[in-house]
Amino acid sequence: MIGVELRLMLRRRRVWLCWGLLCAIPALVAVLLAVTNLAPAPGQGGAFLSAVTSDGQLFPAAALALVLPVFLPITVALVSGDAIAGEASTGTLRYLLVRPVGRLRLLAAKLVSVAAFVLLAVVFVTITSYVVGVLLFGFGADAGGAGGITSLSGVVLTPLQLAGRTAATVGYLALCMLAIGAIGLFFSTLTDSPLAAALGVLAFVVVSAILLPLDAASAIRFYLPTTHWLAWIDLFREPILWRAVREGVLVQVGYVLVAFGAAWANFATKDVTS
Amino acid sequence: MNVPPANVRPANVRPANVRPANVIETSSLTKRFGKVTAVNGVDLAVPAGVRFGLLGPNGSGKTTLVRMLLGLVHPTSGSVELLGRAMPRHAADVLPRVGALVENPAAWPHMSGRANLRLLDAAGRGGRGRDRKARVEDVLSRVGLAGVDRRPVKAYSLGMRQRLGIAAALLRGPELLLLDEPTNGLDPRGIGEMRELLLALSATGVTVVLSSHLLTEVEALCTRVGVMDEGRLVLTEDLDVLRAPTGHVRLRTPDAGSAVGLLDGQVVHRDGDALLVRAGDPGALNAQLVAAGIRVTELAAERRSLEQVVLELTGPGADRIGVRK
Repeated sequence: MIGVELRLMLRRRRVWLCWGLLCAIPALVAVLLAVTNLAPAPGQGGAFLSAVTSDGQLFPAAALALVLPVFLPITVALVSGDAIAGEASTGTLRYLLVRPVGRLRLLAAKLVSVAAFVLLAVVFVTITSYVVGVLLFGFGADAGGAGGITSLSGVVLTPLQLAGRTAATVGYLALCMLAIGAIGLFFSTLTDSPLAAALGVLAFVVVSAILLPLDAASAIRFYLPTTHWLAWIDLFREPILWRAVREGVLVQVGYVLVAFGAAWANFATKDVTS
Repeated sequence: MNVPPANVRPANVRPANVRPANVIETSSLTKRFGKVTAVNGVDLAVPAGVRFGLLGPNGSGKTTLVRMLLGLVHPTSGSVELLGRAMPRHAADVLPRVGALVENPAAWPHMSGRANLRLLDAAGRGGRGRDRKARVEDVLSRVGLAGVDRRPVKAYSLGMRQRLGIAAALLRGPELLLLDEPTNGLDPRGIGEMRELLLALSATGVTVVLSSHLLTEVEALCTRVGVMDEGRLVLTEDLDVLRAPTGHVRLRTPDAGSAVGLLDGQVVHRDGDALLVRAGDPGALNAQLVAAGIRVTELAAERRSLEQVVLELTGPGADRIGVRK
Protein backbone atom coordinates (compact mmCIF):
# COMPACT_ATOMS: atom_id res chain seq x y z
CA MET A 1 0.00 0.00 0.00
CA ILE A 2 2.88 2.36 0.76
CA GLY A 3 4.30 1.80 -2.71
CA VAL A 4 0.88 2.42 -4.27
CA GLU A 5 0.48 5.58 -2.22
CA LEU A 6 3.87 6.93 -3.30
CA ARG A 7 3.16 6.16 -6.95
CA LEU A 8 -0.20 7.91 -6.63
CA MET A 9 1.45 10.98 -5.16
CA LEU A 10 4.23 11.15 -7.75
CA ARG A 11 1.69 11.03 -10.57
CA ARG A 12 -0.19 14.05 -9.28
CA ARG A 13 0.53 17.25 -11.13
CA ARG A 14 -0.44 19.26 -8.06
CA VAL A 15 2.42 17.76 -6.07
CA TRP A 16 5.01 18.66 -8.72
CA LEU A 17 3.52 22.13 -8.97
CA CYS A 18 3.95 22.59 -5.20
CA TRP A 19 7.58 21.48 -5.40
CA GLY A 20 8.20 23.70 -8.40
CA LEU A 21 6.77 26.77 -6.68
CA LEU A 22 8.70 26.09 -3.50
CA CYS A 23 11.91 26.03 -5.51
CA ALA A 24 10.97 29.01 -7.67
CA ILE A 25 10.28 31.45 -4.83
CA PRO A 26 13.84 31.44 -3.37
CA ALA A 27 15.25 31.49 -6.90
CA LEU A 28 13.27 34.64 -7.59
CA VAL A 29 14.63 36.24 -4.44
CA ALA A 30 18.14 35.21 -5.42
CA VAL A 31 17.81 36.71 -8.86
CA LEU A 32 16.51 39.99 -7.42
CA LEU A 33 19.37 40.11 -4.94
CA ALA A 34 21.94 39.36 -7.60
CA VAL A 35 20.59 41.91 -10.04
CA THR A 36 20.23 44.76 -7.58
CA ASN A 37 22.99 43.70 -5.21
CA LEU A 38 20.85 45.14 -2.44
CA ALA A 39 21.06 42.58 0.34
CA PRO A 40 19.07 43.37 3.47
CA ALA A 41 21.10 44.77 6.27
CA PRO A 42 22.23 42.20 8.86
CA GLY A 43 19.37 41.55 11.26
CA GLN A 44 16.75 42.49 8.71
CA GLY A 45 14.93 40.36 6.16
CA GLY A 46 14.92 36.59 6.34
CA ALA A 47 17.55 34.68 8.24
CA PHE A 48 20.90 34.47 6.43
CA LEU A 49 19.69 36.72 3.62
CA SER A 50 22.16 39.46 4.51
CA ALA A 51 25.07 37.05 4.16
CA VAL A 52 24.19 35.29 0.92
CA THR A 53 25.49 37.91 -1.44
CA SER A 54 28.96 37.31 -0.07
CA ASP A 55 28.70 33.50 -0.20
CA GLY A 56 26.23 31.51 -2.28
CA GLN A 57 26.75 28.42 -0.17
CA LEU A 58 24.64 30.01 2.53
CA PHE A 59 21.70 30.43 0.20
CA PRO A 60 20.07 27.03 0.96
CA ALA A 61 19.69 28.11 4.59
CA ALA A 62 18.29 31.46 3.50
CA ALA A 63 15.93 29.77 1.04
CA LEU A 64 14.59 27.43 3.72
CA ALA A 65 14.03 30.41 6.00
CA LEU A 66 12.11 32.10 3.16
CA VAL A 67 9.67 29.26 2.43
CA LEU A 68 9.30 28.05 6.01
CA PRO A 69 6.77 30.47 7.50
CA VAL A 70 4.11 30.47 4.75
CA PHE A 71 4.70 28.54 1.56
CA LEU A 72 5.90 25.28 3.00
CA PRO A 73 2.95 25.01 5.43
CA ILE A 74 0.53 25.84 2.60
CA THR A 75 1.79 23.01 0.42
CA VAL A 76 1.89 20.59 3.34
CA ALA A 77 -1.68 21.57 4.24
CA LEU A 78 -2.81 21.00 0.65
CA VAL A 79 -1.21 17.59 0.33
CA SER A 80 -2.03 16.27 3.80
CA GLY A 81 -5.57 17.65 3.79
CA ASP A 82 -6.10 15.74 0.57
CA ALA A 83 -4.92 12.45 2.10
CA ILE A 84 -8.19 10.83 3.17
CA ALA A 85 -10.70 13.55 2.24
CA GLY A 86 -9.42 13.54 -1.35
CA GLU A 87 -10.02 9.80 -1.66
CA ALA A 88 -13.44 10.30 -0.10
CA SER A 89 -14.41 13.05 -2.52
CA THR A 90 -13.33 11.08 -5.61
CA GLY A 91 -15.06 8.00 -4.20
CA THR A 92 -11.92 5.87 -4.30
CA LEU A 93 -11.85 5.59 -0.50
CA ARG A 94 -14.67 3.03 -0.44
CA TYR A 95 -13.04 1.00 -3.19
CA LEU A 96 -9.70 0.99 -1.36
CA LEU A 97 -11.40 -0.15 1.85
CA VAL A 98 -13.29 -3.00 0.18
CA ARG A 99 -10.20 -4.10 -1.77
CA PRO A 100 -9.51 -4.56 1.22
CA VAL A 101 -6.92 -2.17 2.57
CA GLY A 102 -6.98 -2.09 6.36
CA ARG A 103 -7.85 1.30 7.75
CA LEU A 104 -4.70 1.52 9.88
CA ARG A 105 -2.58 0.50 6.90
CA LEU A 106 -4.22 3.16 4.76
CA LEU A 107 -3.57 5.85 7.37
CA ALA A 108 0.03 4.74 7.83
CA ALA A 109 0.60 4.74 4.07
CA LYS A 110 -0.87 8.23 3.85
CA LEU A 111 1.42 9.47 6.64
CA VAL A 112 4.43 7.95 4.89
CA SER A 113 3.50 9.64 1.63
CA VAL A 114 3.05 12.99 3.41
CA ALA A 115 6.47 12.45 5.01
CA ALA A 116 7.96 11.70 1.59
CA PHE A 117 6.37 14.86 0.23
CA VAL A 118 7.77 17.15 2.93
CA LEU A 119 11.19 15.54 2.87
CA LEU A 120 11.43 15.84 -0.90
CA ALA A 121 10.12 19.41 -0.73
CA VAL A 122 12.84 20.46 1.71
CA VAL A 123 15.51 18.53 -0.19
CA PHE A 124 14.49 20.02 -3.54
CA VAL A 125 14.53 23.55 -2.10
CA THR A 126 17.96 22.93 -0.59
CA ILE A 127 19.46 21.52 -3.78
CA THR A 128 18.03 24.09 -6.19
CA SER A 129 18.89 26.98 -3.92
CA TYR A 130 22.45 25.68 -3.50
CA VAL A 131 22.85 25.58 -7.26
CA VAL A 132 21.20 28.98 -7.72
CA GLY A 133 23.17 30.51 -4.85
CA VAL A 134 26.53 29.28 -6.08
CA LEU A 135 25.75 30.28 -9.67
CA LEU A 136 24.67 33.81 -8.74
CA PHE A 137 26.88 34.61 -5.77
CA GLY A 138 29.84 32.25 -6.15
CA PHE A 139 31.69 30.64 -3.30
CA GLY A 140 32.51 33.95 -1.64
CA ALA A 141 35.72 35.17 -0.13
CA ASP A 142 37.73 32.30 1.24
CA ALA A 143 37.13 32.88 4.92
CA GLY A 144 39.35 30.23 6.43
CA GLY A 145 40.94 28.54 3.45
CA ALA A 146 39.58 25.44 1.68
CA GLY A 147 36.29 27.17 0.88
CA GLY A 148 35.16 27.50 4.49
CA ILE A 149 32.47 29.99 5.47
CA THR A 150 31.83 31.91 8.61
CA SER A 151 29.25 30.56 11.04
CA LEU A 152 26.77 32.77 12.89
CA SER A 153 29.14 32.69 15.83
CA GLY A 154 31.98 33.99 13.74
CA VAL A 155 33.91 30.73 13.64
CA VAL A 156 34.80 29.30 10.26
CA LEU A 157 32.96 26.16 9.13
CA THR A 158 34.47 23.73 6.62
CA PRO A 159 32.33 22.77 3.60
CA LEU A 160 31.91 19.31 5.15
CA GLN A 161 30.60 20.80 8.39
CA LEU A 162 28.31 23.05 6.41
CA ALA A 163 26.93 20.10 4.43
CA GLY A 164 26.32 18.14 7.62
CA ARG A 165 24.51 21.05 9.23
CA THR A 166 22.41 21.65 6.13
CA ALA A 167 21.43 17.98 6.15
CA ALA A 168 20.48 18.24 9.82
CA THR A 169 18.39 21.32 8.96
CA VAL A 170 16.64 19.42 6.18
CA GLY A 171 15.77 16.63 8.60
CA TYR A 172 14.62 19.03 11.30
CA LEU A 173 12.39 21.07 8.99
CA ALA A 174 10.96 17.94 7.42
CA LEU A 175 10.01 16.79 10.91
CA CYS A 176 8.40 20.16 11.69
CA MET A 177 6.39 19.94 8.48
CA LEU A 178 5.50 16.30 9.16
CA ALA A 179 3.90 17.44 12.41
CA ILE A 180 1.74 19.81 10.36
CA GLY A 181 1.12 17.00 7.88
CA ALA A 182 -0.03 14.65 10.65
CA ILE A 183 -2.49 17.29 11.82
CA GLY A 184 -3.65 17.58 8.20
CA LEU A 185 -4.12 13.80 8.09
CA PHE A 186 -6.28 13.98 11.21
CA PHE A 187 -8.38 16.83 9.79
CA SER A 188 -8.62 14.88 6.57
CA THR A 189 -10.40 12.04 8.39
CA LEU A 190 -12.95 14.48 9.83
CA THR A 191 -14.35 15.75 6.55
CA ASP A 192 -14.96 14.61 3.00
CA SER A 193 -13.75 17.95 1.65
CA PRO A 194 -9.99 18.21 1.02
CA LEU A 195 -10.27 22.00 0.92
CA ALA A 196 -11.85 22.16 4.38
CA ALA A 197 -9.12 19.95 5.79
CA ALA A 198 -6.35 22.05 4.20
CA LEU A 199 -7.86 25.30 5.45
CA GLY A 200 -8.20 23.76 8.90
CA VAL A 201 -4.47 23.05 8.94
CA LEU A 202 -3.67 26.58 7.85
CA ALA A 203 -5.98 27.97 10.52
CA PHE A 204 -4.08 25.88 13.07
CA VAL A 205 -0.74 27.25 11.87
CA VAL A 206 -2.03 30.83 11.88
CA VAL A 207 -3.46 30.50 15.39
CA SER A 208 -0.14 29.14 16.57
CA ALA A 209 1.67 32.04 14.92
CA ILE A 210 -0.72 34.57 16.48
CA LEU A 211 -0.30 33.14 19.97
CA LEU A 212 3.47 32.92 19.69
CA PRO A 213 4.38 36.57 20.44
CA LEU A 214 1.69 37.02 23.11
CA ASP A 215 3.02 37.21 26.64
CA ALA A 216 -0.37 36.01 27.83
CA ALA A 217 0.22 32.78 25.95
CA SER A 218 3.67 32.19 27.42
CA ALA A 219 2.40 29.24 29.45
CA ILE A 220 1.54 27.26 26.33
CA ARG A 221 4.22 28.72 24.08
CA PHE A 222 6.44 25.68 24.43
CA TYR A 223 3.72 23.45 23.03
CA LEU A 224 2.98 25.55 19.95
CA PRO A 225 4.50 23.97 16.85
CA THR A 226 5.62 27.25 15.29
CA THR A 227 7.64 28.13 18.41
CA HIS A 228 10.29 25.64 17.36
CA TRP A 229 10.35 26.28 13.64
CA LEU A 230 13.39 28.57 13.80
CA ALA A 231 15.39 26.42 16.21
CA TRP A 232 17.41 25.03 13.28
CA ILE A 233 19.25 28.36 13.02
CA ASP A 234 21.21 27.22 16.07
CA LEU A 235 22.62 24.44 13.92
CA PHE A 236 24.70 27.11 12.17
CA ARG A 237 26.40 28.24 15.33
CA GLU A 238 29.75 26.97 16.48
CA PRO A 239 29.51 25.02 18.65
CA ILE A 240 25.93 23.92 17.86
CA LEU A 241 23.35 24.89 20.46
CA TRP A 242 21.40 21.67 20.71
CA ARG A 243 18.89 22.60 23.38
CA ALA A 244 16.31 24.37 21.19
CA VAL A 245 16.61 21.75 18.46
CA ARG A 246 16.18 18.96 20.98
CA GLU A 247 13.07 20.56 22.43
CA GLY A 248 11.74 21.17 18.94
CA VAL A 249 12.21 17.55 17.93
CA LEU A 250 10.43 16.44 21.09
CA VAL A 251 7.42 18.69 20.52
CA GLN A 252 7.12 17.86 16.81
CA VAL A 253 7.36 14.11 17.42
CA GLY A 254 4.67 14.59 20.06
CA TYR A 255 2.46 16.31 17.52
CA VAL A 256 2.97 13.54 14.98
CA LEU A 257 2.09 10.85 17.53
CA VAL A 258 -0.94 12.65 18.97
CA ALA A 259 -2.32 13.71 15.58
CA PHE A 260 -1.83 10.24 14.08
CA GLY A 261 -3.46 8.68 17.14
CA ALA A 262 -6.40 11.04 16.81
CA ALA A 263 -6.69 10.26 13.10
CA TRP A 264 -6.68 6.54 13.85
CA ALA A 265 -9.21 6.89 16.68
CA ASN A 266 -11.56 8.76 14.39
CA PHE A 267 -11.05 6.74 11.23
CA ALA A 268 -11.07 3.24 12.71
CA THR A 269 -14.80 3.22 13.40
CA LYS A 270 -15.92 5.93 11.00
CA ASP A 271 -18.88 5.21 8.74
CA VAL A 272 -17.64 5.67 5.20
CA THR A 273 -20.63 7.15 3.41
CA SER A 274 -18.71 9.03 0.73
CA MET B 1 -8.91 -35.27 -1.09
CA ASN B 2 -10.91 -37.23 1.40
CA VAL B 3 -13.99 -35.27 2.34
CA PRO B 4 -16.12 -36.77 5.13
CA PRO B 5 -19.84 -37.10 4.47
CA ALA B 6 -21.80 -34.03 5.39
CA ASN B 7 -23.75 -35.64 8.20
CA VAL B 8 -20.59 -36.60 10.10
CA ARG B 9 -19.47 -33.01 10.45
CA PRO B 10 -20.46 -31.16 13.64
CA ALA B 11 -23.12 -28.65 12.69
CA ASN B 12 -21.36 -25.60 14.08
CA VAL B 13 -17.99 -26.16 12.41
CA ARG B 14 -17.60 -25.01 8.86
CA PRO B 15 -14.48 -26.17 7.05
CA ALA B 16 -12.89 -23.48 4.94
CA ASN B 17 -13.24 -25.41 1.69
CA VAL B 18 -16.99 -25.89 1.98
CA ARG B 19 -19.19 -23.01 0.96
CA PRO B 20 -21.76 -21.89 3.48
CA ALA B 21 -25.36 -22.25 2.35
CA ASN B 22 -25.87 -18.50 2.51
CA VAL B 23 -23.25 -16.14 1.15
CA ILE B 24 -24.98 -13.24 2.86
CA GLU B 25 -26.75 -13.51 6.15
CA THR B 26 -27.81 -10.58 8.30
CA SER B 27 -29.84 -10.67 11.48
CA SER B 28 -31.81 -7.74 12.88
CA LEU B 29 -29.42 -5.43 11.08
CA THR B 30 -30.14 -1.83 12.02
CA LYS B 31 -28.39 1.43 11.23
CA ARG B 32 -29.35 4.83 12.58
CA PHE B 33 -27.77 8.06 11.42
CA GLY B 34 -28.79 10.43 14.20
CA LYS B 35 -32.58 10.40 14.20
CA VAL B 36 -32.88 8.75 10.80
CA THR B 37 -33.18 4.98 10.75
CA ALA B 38 -31.68 4.04 7.40
CA VAL B 39 -31.89 0.28 7.85
CA ASN B 40 -34.34 -1.24 10.29
CA GLY B 41 -34.14 -4.82 11.55
CA VAL B 42 -33.19 -6.46 8.26
CA ASP B 43 -32.88 -10.25 8.17
CA LEU B 44 -31.49 -10.97 4.74
CA ALA B 45 -30.35 -14.35 3.53
CA VAL B 46 -28.88 -14.80 0.08
CA PRO B 47 -28.18 -18.43 -0.84
CA ALA B 48 -25.00 -19.29 -2.73
CA GLY B 49 -25.24 -19.29 -6.48
CA VAL B 50 -28.39 -17.21 -6.92
CA ARG B 51 -28.81 -13.98 -8.82
CA PHE B 52 -30.37 -11.73 -6.25
CA GLY B 53 -32.03 -8.43 -7.03
CA LEU B 54 -32.32 -5.84 -4.30
CA LEU B 55 -35.14 -3.44 -5.07
CA GLY B 56 -36.76 -0.47 -3.45
CA PRO B 57 -37.35 3.23 -3.93
CA ASN B 58 -34.61 5.82 -3.46
CA GLY B 59 -33.76 6.23 0.19
CA SER B 60 -35.17 2.84 1.17
CA GLY B 61 -31.82 1.80 2.65
CA LYS B 62 -30.36 -0.35 -0.13
CA THR B 63 -27.05 1.45 -0.30
CA THR B 64 -26.62 1.62 3.48
CA LEU B 65 -27.34 -2.10 3.60
CA VAL B 66 -24.72 -2.81 0.93
CA ARG B 67 -22.21 -0.59 2.77
CA MET B 68 -22.83 -2.50 5.99
CA LEU B 69 -22.33 -5.81 4.20
CA LEU B 70 -18.93 -4.54 3.05
CA GLY B 71 -17.90 -3.11 6.43
CA LEU B 72 -17.87 0.49 5.22
CA VAL B 73 -20.67 1.46 7.58
CA HIS B 74 -20.84 -0.01 11.06
CA PRO B 75 -24.24 -1.34 12.18
CA THR B 76 -25.97 0.27 15.15
CA SER B 77 -27.13 -3.21 16.09
CA GLY B 78 -27.48 -6.62 14.53
CA SER B 79 -24.90 -8.68 12.69
CA VAL B 80 -23.61 -9.40 9.21
CA GLU B 81 -22.08 -12.61 7.90
CA LEU B 82 -20.46 -12.56 4.52
CA LEU B 83 -19.32 -15.87 3.01
CA GLY B 84 -19.89 -17.40 6.44
CA ARG B 85 -17.62 -14.99 8.34
CA ALA B 86 -18.64 -12.13 10.62
CA MET B 87 -18.19 -8.65 9.18
CA PRO B 88 -16.49 -6.29 9.65
CA ARG B 89 -14.25 -8.35 11.97
CA HIS B 90 -13.07 -10.74 9.26
CA ALA B 91 -13.03 -8.17 6.46
CA ALA B 92 -9.40 -8.91 5.63
CA ASP B 93 -10.23 -12.57 4.89
CA VAL B 94 -13.63 -12.12 3.31
CA LEU B 95 -13.35 -9.04 1.12
CA PRO B 96 -10.64 -10.40 -1.23
CA ARG B 97 -13.31 -12.91 -2.33
CA VAL B 98 -15.94 -10.22 -2.92
CA GLY B 99 -16.22 -7.83 -5.84
CA ALA B 100 -18.23 -4.69 -5.31
CA LEU B 101 -19.62 -1.68 -7.07
CA VAL B 102 -20.95 0.75 -4.46
CA GLU B 103 -23.24 3.53 -5.71
CA ASN B 104 -21.05 4.85 -8.49
CA PRO B 105 -17.83 3.63 -9.97
CA ALA B 106 -14.87 5.72 -8.85
CA ALA B 107 -11.30 5.96 -10.06
CA TRP B 108 -8.32 8.21 -9.68
CA PRO B 109 -9.15 10.75 -12.37
CA HIS B 110 -5.61 11.67 -13.39
CA MET B 111 -4.64 8.14 -14.45
CA SER B 112 -5.74 5.77 -17.19
CA GLY B 113 -8.21 2.98 -16.48
CA ARG B 114 -5.47 0.40 -16.83
CA ALA B 115 -3.21 2.21 -14.34
CA ASN B 116 -6.17 2.54 -11.98
CA LEU B 117 -6.84 -1.19 -11.99
CA ARG B 118 -3.16 -2.06 -11.51
CA LEU B 119 -2.79 0.30 -8.56
CA LEU B 120 -6.08 -0.80 -7.00
CA ASP B 121 -5.00 -4.41 -7.27
CA ALA B 122 -1.59 -3.65 -5.78
CA ALA B 123 -3.19 -1.71 -2.93
CA GLY B 124 -5.04 -4.52 -1.21
CA ARG B 125 -4.12 -7.94 0.01
CA GLY B 126 -4.67 -11.05 -2.05
CA GLY B 127 -3.72 -9.77 -5.50
CA ARG B 128 -0.60 -11.55 -6.68
CA GLY B 129 1.75 -9.22 -8.49
CA ARG B 130 3.01 -11.83 -10.92
CA ASP B 131 -0.19 -12.22 -12.92
CA ARG B 132 -1.53 -8.73 -12.27
CA LYS B 133 -0.98 -7.49 -15.80
CA ALA B 134 -2.75 -10.49 -17.27
CA ARG B 135 -5.67 -10.22 -14.87
CA VAL B 136 -6.11 -6.52 -15.61
CA GLU B 137 -6.15 -7.19 -19.37
CA ASP B 138 -8.58 -10.06 -18.84
CA VAL B 139 -11.16 -8.02 -16.92
CA LEU B 140 -10.80 -5.08 -19.30
CA SER B 141 -11.65 -7.31 -22.24
CA ARG B 142 -14.53 -8.91 -20.34
CA VAL B 143 -16.22 -5.55 -19.78
CA GLY B 144 -15.51 -4.38 -23.32
CA LEU B 145 -12.59 -2.04 -22.66
CA ALA B 146 -9.81 -4.20 -24.11
CA GLY B 147 -8.55 -1.56 -26.50
CA VAL B 148 -8.74 1.35 -24.07
CA ASP B 149 -5.86 3.79 -24.51
CA ARG B 150 -3.81 5.93 -22.12
CA ARG B 151 -6.44 8.64 -21.71
CA PRO B 152 -6.99 9.55 -18.06
CA VAL B 153 -10.26 8.43 -16.48
CA LYS B 154 -11.47 12.02 -16.22
CA ALA B 155 -11.89 11.94 -19.99
CA TYR B 156 -14.04 8.78 -19.87
CA SER B 157 -17.74 8.76 -20.63
CA LEU B 158 -20.24 7.64 -17.99
CA GLY B 159 -20.58 4.26 -19.69
CA MET B 160 -16.81 3.72 -19.79
CA ARG B 161 -16.53 4.56 -16.09
CA GLN B 162 -19.30 2.09 -15.36
CA ARG B 163 -17.48 -0.62 -17.30
CA LEU B 164 -14.25 0.21 -15.50
CA GLY B 165 -16.05 -0.05 -12.15
CA ILE B 166 -17.35 -3.49 -13.04
CA ALA B 167 -13.88 -4.50 -14.23
CA ALA B 168 -12.48 -3.46 -10.83
CA ALA B 169 -15.12 -5.60 -9.11
CA LEU B 170 -14.13 -8.63 -11.22
CA LEU B 171 -10.38 -8.16 -10.76
CA ARG B 172 -9.91 -10.79 -8.08
CA GLY B 173 -12.22 -13.42 -9.54
CA PRO B 174 -14.77 -12.99 -6.74
CA GLU B 175 -17.19 -15.61 -5.40
CA LEU B 176 -19.69 -12.90 -4.62
CA LEU B 177 -20.45 -9.83 -6.69
CA LEU B 178 -22.26 -6.95 -5.01
CA LEU B 179 -23.30 -4.49 -7.68
CA ASP B 180 -25.20 -1.30 -6.98
CA GLU B 181 -26.86 0.00 -10.16
CA PRO B 182 -24.45 -1.81 -12.51
CA THR B 183 -26.22 -0.63 -15.66
CA ASN B 184 -26.14 3.07 -14.77
CA GLY B 185 -25.05 5.15 -17.74
CA LEU B 186 -24.95 2.24 -20.16
CA ASP B 187 -26.83 2.31 -23.44
CA PRO B 188 -29.24 -0.55 -24.33
CA ARG B 189 -26.49 -2.48 -26.07
CA GLY B 190 -24.21 -2.00 -23.06
CA ILE B 191 -26.98 -3.16 -20.73
CA GLY B 192 -27.38 -6.29 -22.85
CA GLU B 193 -23.62 -6.97 -22.73
CA MET B 194 -23.60 -6.54 -18.98
CA ARG B 195 -26.52 -8.93 -18.61
CA GLU B 196 -24.67 -11.56 -20.65
CA LEU B 197 -21.51 -11.03 -18.61
CA LEU B 198 -23.36 -11.44 -15.32
CA LEU B 199 -25.23 -14.51 -16.59
CA ALA B 200 -21.94 -16.08 -17.70
CA LEU B 201 -20.37 -15.37 -14.30
CA SER B 202 -23.44 -16.75 -12.56
CA ALA B 203 -23.12 -19.93 -14.63
CA THR B 204 -19.64 -20.45 -13.19
CA GLY B 205 -21.06 -20.36 -9.66
CA VAL B 206 -20.59 -16.72 -8.76
CA THR B 207 -23.35 -15.31 -6.58
CA VAL B 208 -24.57 -12.03 -8.03
CA VAL B 209 -26.37 -9.47 -5.90
CA LEU B 210 -27.47 -6.36 -7.67
CA SER B 211 -29.63 -3.43 -6.89
CA SER B 212 -31.32 -1.55 -9.66
CA HIS B 213 -34.15 0.79 -10.44
CA LEU B 214 -34.58 -0.87 -13.81
CA LEU B 215 -37.12 -3.49 -12.82
CA THR B 216 -37.20 -5.01 -16.27
CA GLU B 217 -33.45 -5.52 -15.98
CA VAL B 218 -33.82 -7.28 -12.66
CA GLU B 219 -36.67 -9.31 -14.10
CA ALA B 220 -34.49 -10.43 -16.98
CA LEU B 221 -31.50 -11.29 -14.82
CA CYS B 222 -32.43 -12.31 -11.31
CA THR B 223 -33.77 -15.51 -9.84
CA ARG B 224 -34.68 -14.06 -6.47
CA VAL B 225 -35.57 -10.59 -5.29
CA GLY B 226 -35.68 -8.67 -2.04
CA VAL B 227 -37.74 -5.52 -1.74
CA MET B 228 -36.85 -2.76 0.71
CA ASP B 229 -39.06 0.07 1.85
CA GLU B 230 -38.26 2.68 4.49
CA GLY B 231 -35.33 0.68 5.81
CA ARG B 232 -37.21 -2.59 6.14
CA LEU B 233 -36.91 -5.67 4.01
CA VAL B 234 -40.57 -6.13 3.16
CA LEU B 235 -40.23 -9.14 0.89
CA THR B 236 -37.77 -11.80 -0.23
CA GLU B 237 -39.09 -14.24 -2.75
CA ASP B 238 -38.15 -16.23 -5.81
CA LEU B 239 -39.03 -14.37 -8.95
CA ASP B 240 -40.91 -17.39 -10.31
CA VAL B 241 -43.26 -17.31 -7.34
CA LEU B 242 -43.91 -13.59 -7.68
CA ARG B 243 -44.55 -13.99 -11.33
CA ALA B 244 -46.78 -17.06 -11.02
CA PRO B 245 -50.03 -16.83 -13.03
CA THR B 246 -52.69 -14.81 -11.21
CA GLY B 247 -55.55 -17.09 -12.29
CA HIS B 248 -56.69 -14.55 -14.87
CA VAL B 249 -56.34 -14.79 -18.63
CA ARG B 250 -55.98 -11.86 -21.00
CA LEU B 251 -58.01 -12.40 -24.09
CA ARG B 252 -58.41 -10.40 -27.28
CA THR B 253 -61.10 -11.30 -29.74
CA PRO B 254 -63.07 -9.51 -32.46
CA ASP B 255 -66.17 -11.39 -31.19
CA ALA B 256 -66.01 -9.84 -27.74
CA GLY B 257 -69.78 -9.67 -27.37
CA SER B 258 -70.34 -13.41 -27.90
CA ALA B 259 -67.33 -14.23 -25.73
CA VAL B 260 -68.88 -12.29 -22.83
CA GLY B 261 -72.12 -14.18 -23.41
CA LEU B 262 -70.33 -17.54 -23.40
CA LEU B 263 -68.15 -16.85 -20.37
CA ASP B 264 -70.91 -15.25 -18.34
CA GLY B 265 -69.69 -14.44 -14.84
CA GLN B 266 -66.05 -15.26 -15.59
CA VAL B 267 -65.29 -11.94 -17.29
CA VAL B 268 -63.64 -9.61 -14.80
CA HIS B 269 -63.07 -6.65 -17.04
CA ARG B 270 -63.86 -5.62 -20.61
CA ASP B 271 -62.21 -2.88 -22.61
CA GLY B 272 -63.36 -2.95 -26.25
CA ASP B 273 -62.19 -6.25 -27.70
CA ALA B 274 -59.84 -6.95 -24.77
CA LEU B 275 -61.19 -9.10 -21.96
CA LEU B 276 -59.80 -10.21 -18.60
CA VAL B 277 -61.24 -13.58 -17.78
CA ARG B 278 -61.03 -15.60 -14.58
CA ALA B 279 -59.82 -19.01 -15.69
CA GLY B 280 -57.43 -21.53 -14.17
CA ASP B 281 -56.37 -23.16 -17.44
CA PRO B 282 -55.76 -20.92 -20.47
CA GLY B 283 -55.64 -23.98 -22.76
CA ALA B 284 -59.10 -25.17 -21.72
CA LEU B 285 -60.45 -21.65 -22.11
CA ASN B 286 -59.05 -21.44 -25.61
CA ALA B 287 -60.57 -24.79 -26.59
CA GLN B 288 -63.92 -23.67 -25.17
CA LEU B 289 -63.85 -20.43 -27.17
CA VAL B 290 -62.78 -22.08 -30.41
CA ALA B 291 -65.42 -24.78 -30.02
CA ALA B 292 -68.01 -22.00 -29.73
CA GLY B 293 -66.73 -20.49 -32.98
CA ILE B 294 -65.23 -17.44 -31.33
CA ARG B 295 -62.10 -16.13 -33.06
CA VAL B 296 -59.17 -15.58 -30.69
CA THR B 297 -56.43 -13.16 -31.72
CA GLU B 298 -54.52 -13.09 -28.42
CA LEU B 299 -54.68 -15.23 -25.34
CA ALA B 300 -52.23 -15.36 -22.43
CA ALA B 301 -52.20 -16.16 -18.75
CA GLU B 302 -51.90 -12.95 -16.77
CA ARG B 303 -48.71 -12.60 -14.70
CA ARG B 304 -47.94 -9.77 -12.39
CA SER B 305 -44.97 -7.76 -13.47
CA LEU B 306 -42.21 -7.10 -10.99
CA GLU B 307 -43.12 -3.45 -11.27
CA GLN B 308 -46.62 -4.10 -9.96
CA VAL B 309 -45.28 -6.17 -7.08
CA VAL B 310 -42.75 -3.52 -6.08
CA LEU B 311 -45.15 -0.61 -6.42
CA GLU B 312 -47.73 -2.40 -4.28
CA LEU B 313 -45.19 -3.09 -1.55
CA THR B 314 -43.36 0.19 -1.33
CA GLY B 315 -44.01 3.80 -0.47
CA PRO B 316 -43.26 6.80 -2.62
CA GLY B 317 -39.51 6.91 -1.89
CA ALA B 318 -37.47 9.45 0.02
CA ASP B 319 -36.82 11.78 -2.90
CA ARG B 320 -40.49 12.69 -3.33
CA ILE B 321 -41.38 15.31 -0.78
CA GLY B 322 -45.11 15.76 -0.60
CA VAL B 323 -47.07 18.48 1.18
CA ARG B 324 -47.01 18.00 4.95
CA LYS B 325 -50.42 17.55 6.47
